[in-house]
Amino acid sequence: MTTAIHVSGLRKAFGDKTVLDGIDLEVAAGTVFSLLGPNGAGKTTTVNVLTTLMRADAGTVRVAGHDVNSETKAVRATIGVTGQFAAVDELLTGRENLQLMADLRRVADGGRVIDRLLERFDLAEAAPKLVSTYSGGMRRKLDLAMTLVGDPSIIFLDEPTTGLDPRSRRTMWDIIRELLADGVTIFLTTQYLEEADQLADRIAVLDQGRLVAQGTPDELKRLVPGGHVRLRFAKPGDLDAAARLFAGSTRDVESLTLRVPTDGDTESLRVLLNQLHDNAIAVEDFSVHTPDLDDVFLALTGRTNVELTK
Amino acid sequence: MTDSMIMVRRNVKHVVRNPTTVFNAVLFPVVLMLMFVYVLGDAFDVGENYVDYATPGLMLLAICYGLSGTSTAVASDMTKGVINRFKAMDVSRGAVLSGHVSTTIATNLIAVAAIVGVAFALGFRSPAGFLDWLGVLGLVLLTSFATAWLAVALGLAAKTVEGAGMATVPLIMLPFFSSAIVPADKMGPGIKQFAEYQPFTPIIETMRGLLAGTPSAGNAIAAIAWCVGLALVGYLWSTATFKKRA
Repeated sequence: MTTAIHVSGLRKAFGDKTVLDGIDLEVAAGTVFSLLGPNGAGKTTTVNVLTTLMRADAGTVRVAGHDVNSETKAVRATIGVTGQFAAVDELLTGRENLQLMADLRRVADGGRVIDRLLERFDLAEAAPKLVSTYSGGMRRKLDLAMTLVGDPSIIFLDEPTTGLDPRSRRTMWDIIRELLADGVTIFLTTQYLEEADQLADRIAVLDQGRLVAQGTPDELKRLVPGGHVRLRFAKPGDLDAAARLFAGSTRDVESLTLRVPTDGDTESLRVLLNQLHDNAIAVEDFSVHTPDLDDVFLALTGRTNVELTK
Repeated sequence: MTDSMIMVRRNVKHVVRNPTTVFNAVLFPVVLMLMFVYVLGDAFDVGENYVDYATPGLMLLAICYGLSGTSTAVASDMTKGVINRFKAMDVSRGAVLSGHVSTTIATNLIAVAAIVGVAFALGFRSPAGFLDWLGVLGLVLLTSFATAWLAVALGLAAKTVEGAGMATVPLIMLPFFSSAIVPADKMGPGIKQFAEYQPFTPIIETMRGLLAGTPSAGNAIAAIAWCVGLALVGYLWSTATFKKRA
């Protein structure tokens, strides 16, 4: 396994506000790495440092084996960056934007490369039109297409689907999966847990400038108690009775609900329902939840409003 | 093809797509010329045919009018994500800026040519020889180069595109407080001294001398010194601001 991106002890502050407080991470070549975090966690700052747009205050960053500070040129020649806001030239047509990239990257046979990208991103029809007439989704697609000119081996995508409608988001996901199949390494930031879960081989959770967890989606899900059954009751008395019955359950008095940990198989569910029946506890509503990254995120960042029963 | 050439081509396309900026840069000086020469010209006593007097000044005015387009184009580049794309690619740092400078010089040449054309139509006559005209062209290029770097710096320093447009207004007003329209010694106290010592006056006087066939070495040296100085200030200011705005 070769390392595409290696970061250790990365720190960055703006004035006296610390944005990145000692980040360590490693991305294997040919994988999707997702940096997950809420707004203001430091995702874009991380991308800016990794893509040579910003200098870190401390720490080392190596991209494709090159140091971002001392071998900036080599890093820039290897990477492709798609920022949070579409970096397209509005006064040029779609094709001209791609041509500009092909010229700057000195791509031989630019015309064919451009045709292929236009085809792949479903932009062939819009190619002769000025980008100022494009929709948000089309701009994003063109933006990514521009990033791909010259076949960069490491691609940084900073919140590539923020603000896209669900359909465009699916299209973007498909494109990212295709890139991965081509052997490209992808560093993706997102605030959508589902996106990280869908795409990433490894996820790092960033919160207030620190990585609070790192691992595969499955590893992260294992960090939180497994799945649970959610029970809603009509009366507080029933809630109390059920809470006494199931050790380790968490209750929410306000909504009269109880979360009971379970591994989710049918046998344990049958036992649970039997226990409720035997104790004559009436359940208004019953649902089974498998753990998702939402649970992980809430558990890791400490921002959860669930109260644990003693 | 160098990065700068690629950027020039990009900027030329912008100009072609958005012709109002060139239109302004060419049309407004021409309208001013018609105003001053046709409407007001007879009221000025400059000791010679007014169109002969005013043409060099209006050529400089034409250069200055093109600058707001440069500043706004630079500012709009900086406020959009596209600049980050260039920065994260291995694109030569100066190329983005020198592309704007080259495009400015090109539009300035068009505007100055239009002014000279209209001047001839209005009865402008010059005894200048080929070398004198070559000198005029050289000075137009040098002035355009120097002021374009200043305009680029103003565009980089501005926070918004609108702010960039406003920032060039002093540059556009400066020719009016020079010997462009009337001789400096006809102005009131204070303004007169300002007009005599500001950079555009020796530039205009040099052109005036060349076009009258009586070039003055003193003015030419001052003009070239001012241009080199302004270009240097503009260039250093631009590169420093560009670096700071990540």
